[in-house]
Amino acid sequence: MKNLNFFLIIFLIIGFSQIKSEEKNDELKIKILKNIRCLICQGQSVYDSESDFASSIKLIVDRKIESGITEDQIYDFLREKYGDWVIYDPKLNKNTYFLWLLPLLLFLVGGAIIVKNLIFKK
Amino acid sequence: MKNKINLVILFIFIIFCFIIFFKGLNNSNIYTPINNVEKNLPIFKARDFISNTHIDSANIFAEESYYIVNIWASWCAPCRKEHPLLMELQKNKSIKLIGLNYKDNLNNAKKFINELGNPYTKILIDKDGTLSVEFGAYGVPETFLINKDKKIIKKYVGPINQKIVQEIKLIVK
Repeated sequence: MKNLNFFLIIFLIIGFSQIKSEEKNDELKIKILKNIRCLICQGQSVYDSESDFASSIKLIVDRKIESGITEDQIYDFLREKYGDWVIYDPKLNKNTYFLWLLPLLLFLVGGAIIVKNLIFKK
Repeated sequence: MKNKINLVILFIFIIFCFIIFFKGLNNSNIYTPINNVEKNLPIFKARDFISNTHIDSANIFAEESYYIVNIWASWCAPCRKEHPLLMELQKNKSIKLIGLNYKDNLNNAKKFINELGNPYTKILIDKDGTLSVEFGAYGVPETFLINKDKKIIKKYVGPINQKIVQEIKLIVK
């Protein structure tokens, strides 16, 4: 009876950890799919799209997650096939310097104008 | 004086915005991935259309010749339109055509080939569309030109036309 209890507990622990890891994979999958742009229904993410392209990408992301490939590696794979544009959140590289640094520049210039005006008023 | 400078700066800014938006009007808002960058041929395993056995990509592209990979489906109307041009390309001795049957019903695909002719030396089955993604395709039809170094050197989105056929013939000359 003791043995039976022991095996039951082990079985439950394994079962729960399996469910937990599947949940984790699902969350990761949704996060990745929401960050990929559908090239057929442009303006929609692959997650929202029902196009043939989106369904193939969903399958590929699923398989890659299951085989233990990381989120960044999946993005790199898609970027190599379709270019930076396919990812909603683009990486910082020579094509995206302007995109990433412009808001910062505007913030600094705006801040400088405000500070200058405040000091000037005083 | 200061007001005048501000006015000039504002004017230049408005002109700048106008030029940007005016230029933007002519740009297509549909993104197409960069087509003419050399890419390595993907490594994959696929099912053969005729023999129904699995083949490695290394065996498919084994010969030292130019290859054309054409993604097609029997349900795709533009594929029907471009088919005579593929038949024409097939006559060229320095090109081998590989067909990628995209998300298709096998019987319909066979009917399509029987009716219009088979320009391909090999046809691969891409039942779930994942093989096309390996090539960087996102629809049908799409055509890829692969050189003798096994690099994808050209990608044509949509049906090919006479101009593209001439371009391909010039490259493989």
